[in-house]
Amino acid sequence: MALRHRRQHFLPGFGLTLGYTVLYLSLLVLFPVAVLGFKALSLDASVYLNVLTDPRTLAAFKLTFGAAFAGAFLNLVFGFVVAWTLVRYPFPGRRVVDALVDLPFALPTAVSGIALTTLFARTGLVGRILEPLGIQIAFAPAGVVVALTFIGLPFAVRTLQPAIEDLDPEYEEAALSLGASRLRIFISVIFPSLKPAMLTGFALSLARALGEYGSVVFISGNMPLRTEIISLLIMGKLEQFDYAGATALATLTLLLSFLILLAINIVQWRFSHKARQAD
Amino acid sequence: MLHKPKTARWPGYCCIFITIAFLTLFLALPLTIVFTEAFRGGIAAYIAAITEPDARAAIFLTLLASAVSVPMNVLFGLAAAWALTKFEFRGKSLLLTLIDLPFAIPPVIAGFLFILFLGTNGVFGPWLQSADIKIIFAVPGILIATLFITFPFVARELIPLMQEQGQDEEQAAISLGASGLKTFWHITLPNIKWALLYGAILCNARAMGEFGAVSVVSGHIRGATTTMPLHIEILYNEYNFAAAFAVASLLTLLALVTLVIKSALEWRLKREKRLSAEEPAAEEGVIP
Repeated sequence: MALRHRRQHFLPGFGLTLGYTVLYLSLLVLFPVAVLGFKALSLDASVYLNVLTDPRTLAAFKLTFGAAFAGAFLNLVFGFVVAWTLVRYPFPGRRVVDALVDLPFALPTAVSGIALTTLFARTGLVGRILEPLGIQIAFAPAGVVVALTFIGLPFAVRTLQPAIEDLDPEYEEAALSLGASRLRIFISVIFPSLKPAMLTGFALSLARALGEYGSVVFISGNMPLRTEIISLLIMGKLEQFDYAGATALATLTLLLSFLILLAINIVQWRFSHKARQAD
Repeated sequence: MLHKPKTARWPGYCCIFITIAFLTLFLALPLTIVFTEAFRGGIAAYIAAITEPDARAAIFLTLLASAVSVPMNVLFGLAAAWALTKFEFRGKSLLLTLIDLPFAIPPVIAGFLFILFLGTNGVFGPWLQSADIKIIFAVPGILIATLFITFPFVARELIPLMQEQGQDEEQAAISLGASGLKTFWHITLPNIKWALLYGAILCNARAMGEFGAVSVVSGHIRGATTTMPLHIEILYNEYNFAAAFAVASLLTLLALVTLVIKSALEWRLKREKRLSAEEPAAEEGVIP
C-alpha cells in the first residue's frame, strides 16, 4: 500500500483528466443543482406551507410514494421468481427471455407508456378481460402501479440474478434431505442469503419509480387528487411559470426520496455488518 | 458422490410458468402492441407517418441529441475513469458519488434545474438574453438536458472495470518510454473497448428515448423543438394513435437492437472476465 502511494503520480494526465472531470461535472451537474438549492433556501416559508397544505400535493405525494413502494414490492416478488427461473431452470428460449428482461430499461418511457395504456385500456387486449371483472387499470391508480412495476423490473431481476447464482444448491439439498419443507427451506436457507440483494433490488427499483414520468403520464389519466403524480404536478406548475411552487415541490420530493433511500441504505449496512460479524 | 435426494419437479414448472406469464403480460404484449398498432392503418399510412416533415424533424433532433451526448459523455467517462482509477487523491469517493447524482434526480426535476439555471428568469437569463442566446425552449436546452440525463452511463461502466484492471500494464509502458497518449491508445483502450461500447450503447438508448427532462425544456414547438418521444406524445394526445405507434415502432426497434448488442457485449465481457480469472490458475498449474 505504501509503495503504491509513493508512485501515485507515475502515470501522466492526472491534472488534465481530473480538471476536465471536475469542470464538466460542475458545469453540467453541480451548478444547476446548487442553483436549485439556493432558490429553495431563499423561498419564503409560506411557499412551502402552501404547497404542503394543498390537498392536490398531498394526494400526489401519497400516490407517488405509495405506487412506487407497491411497484417495488411487486418487482421484489416477481423479480425473484423470474431471476430464480432464469438461474435454476433451463428452458428453451431462456437466453431470449433473459435479454428481454432489460426491455423496460432500453425502451423509451413514452413508448412504454402508450403501449401499456393501449394494453390495459378498456378496449385493450388485457383491459377487455379485466373490465367485466370490475378491475380498472388504465386511468386509475392501479395503472400507475403497473407502469412503475414495468419500469423497475430489470433493476430487481438484475440484482437478484447474481446473488442466486452464488447460492450453493447443496445447502438446499441438505435441508431437503433432513426433511425440511420447501417453504421452510425458502424461509431459513434461501431468504437469509438473498436478503441484501433483495434490499438493493427493492431500493433501485423504488428510486427509479419515484422519479418516473414518461410511462406514468399516459396510463394514469392525470386526474387531480386521484391519479396525479408529483412529476406531473411540477410540470403543471412550470406551465403556469410558478417557479417558486415548483422549487418547493422539487425540493420536498428530493429530500423525501433521499431520506427513504438513506434509510434503506442504513438497514442494508446493518445487514452486511451483522453478516461480517457472524463470519 | 452421495445419491442426491429426489426432488419434485413441480416447483420448477411453476416458476417457469409464472415467469413466462408475467413476462408475456409485461414485456411481450406491450412489444407486440407497438407493432400491431403501428401497422393498423396499412403500410402506406405507416410510411407516411414516419416520413412527414414534423416526424422527420423529430427524428433529426433525436439523432442530434444522441450525436452530441454520446461523444461528450464518452470523453467525460474516459477522463473521469482515468483520473479516478489511476491515481489516489482526496475526495475521490465524493467525486464518485457526485458522478451518480443525475441518476438520483427525477427527469422532470432535472429539466427544471436548467430552467432555473439558464431560463429567462434564471441565473444566467439576463446575460443570455442580452447576448441573444436562447437555450431553454429551444434546441440547445434539449441537448443540455439530454447530456445531464445520460451523464453517468459511460463513466459508470468504465470505473469499476479500470479499477479492477489496475495500472501495472500502463506503468510498464510508461517506464519503457511510451508517451501517455500512446499508452492510453495501445494499452488502456484495447482493455476497455467492450465496456466503453457497452456504456455508449446505453447512453445512446437513453439519449434517444429521454422524455421527462426534455419535455420540460423543449417548449413543444412542433417540427422545431420536438424529439421523437415528444412527437409521439403530441400525436397520441391528438388521438392519432396509428401515427404515434408508427414513430414509437422506430424507437422500439432501436431498443431491440440495443438489447441484442447489449447481451452480445455482456457475453463477451463475462467470457473475458472468466479467461482472466483462469489465467493465474493455469500458471499455478504449470509450476509443479
